Amino acid sequence: MRNPFRSEAEAFSFVLVCAGLFAVVAVAGVLFGGWVALVVFLVLAAGLAYYIKGAPKEAEHPVVAPVGGDRRCILVVANETVAGRALRGEVVRRAEGDVDVLVVCPALNSPLRHWASDEDGARALAHDRLEESLGALAAEGVEARGEVGDADPIQAMDDALRRFGADEIVISTHPPGRSNWLEKEIIARARERYDVPITHVVVDLEAERGPAP
Amino acid sequence: MATVDHAHDHPPVAHQSSRVDSRLLGIYFFIASEVMLFGSFFSAYFFARVVVGGDGGWPPEGYELPVYLAFLNTVILVTSSFTMHWALQSVKRGNRSGLIAGLTLTFLLGLTFLLIQAREYTRLGFAPYDNAFGSTFYGLTGLHGAHVFVGLNLLLYALIRSTRGHFGPETEKHLGVELPGIYWHFVDVMWIVVYVTVYVI
Repeated sequence: MRNPFRSEAEAFSFVLVCAGLFAVVAVAGVLFGGWVALVVFLVLAAGLAYYIKGAPKEAEHPVVAPVGGDRRCILVVANETVAGRALRGEVVRRAEGDVDVLVVCPALNSPLRHWASDEDGARALAHDRLEESLGALAAEGVEARGEVGDADPIQAMDDALRRFGADEIVISTHPPGRSNWLEKEIIARARERYDVPITHVVVDLEAERGPAP
Repeated sequence: MATVDHAHDHPPVAHQSSRVDSRLLGIYFFIASEVMLFGSFFSAYFFARVVVGGDGGWPPEGYELPVYLAFLNTVILVTSSFTMHWALQSVKRGNRSGLIAGLTLTFLLGLTFLLIQAREYTRLGFAPYDNAFGSTFYGLTGLHGAHVFVGLNLLLYALIRSTRGHFGPETEKHLGVELPGIYWHFVDVMWIVVYVTVYVI
């Protein structure tokens, strides 16, 4: 949703847009009478509401750090599934040789807490999950770094890639139907946005809670 | 060895997930609540117009609104948006005299708007308690007038501060002008909608 009052300059532009649109209504009222003006008013108001509702497009070109030398760099993005066995297995399989692994765990938060900037609890939970995941990876011989990222996974990837030139990205989600990220088409959007191979790993935590294979 | 990046060597960073300054967020919430408030008044207005007004015409026979005087008021208020914008652009460029002139003009234009509206009320020839038309007319325009009054107070406060040397080109240092500016533009937009719905259509 666009906020026409995001800043004074945007609010000023919005005043001009409204003045222009409603001048059309006034002219219609003078020329054709009240009912025509009412119809024009409703059409323009609906158009304005549609414009405000429309989401602004993401920036076309994210800033990505250059890929670092001979060492392969893997960016892993996961939230609640960050400690899942399927993800861990995938990372271990890919992390053979001289590899630098960065695990980013977006701090998922409720919309209200997000907008109120009350994210300490979400960051603490994400941090705990990250610690658990990194510990499990270390136990399997994978040297990995980790950080808590923005609640928006695309923003979290943008932030990470500014400093970490990844050769590939691994994104982990819940299975379809239970994954909020899949519903928001995070995988498709990431594939469209970044020029590196992206692997999607589905982690079914409920199935994994059963006995280990 | 796996590690997690820690940053506890100094006071913790103030995380702002919304990436919006809390003062800006406050004005957003305030404006959102104002939109709902105006929305309820507009709902009452259209309800009265469609249901109560019926086929009897709107305004009811014998009632006439000063459309051209209200248009003059509209021009005055939209002009005040330009002067408000000028004031903020001036402070961003470090032009203090432009800031003071812009705020003064905005304040005077807003005050003129309010005085014209008060004068209009005394000459309309009907009262809020006469009928549904009078109630909704005074309700909507009076609600807007109250907002102009609040805006004038904010502008006066910013004007006094600017004459005392407050505010500067950095973003953090002119929020005290930016926030009243956003509010003032919102009041302008609301008046444009009020004018078109109440006076024109």
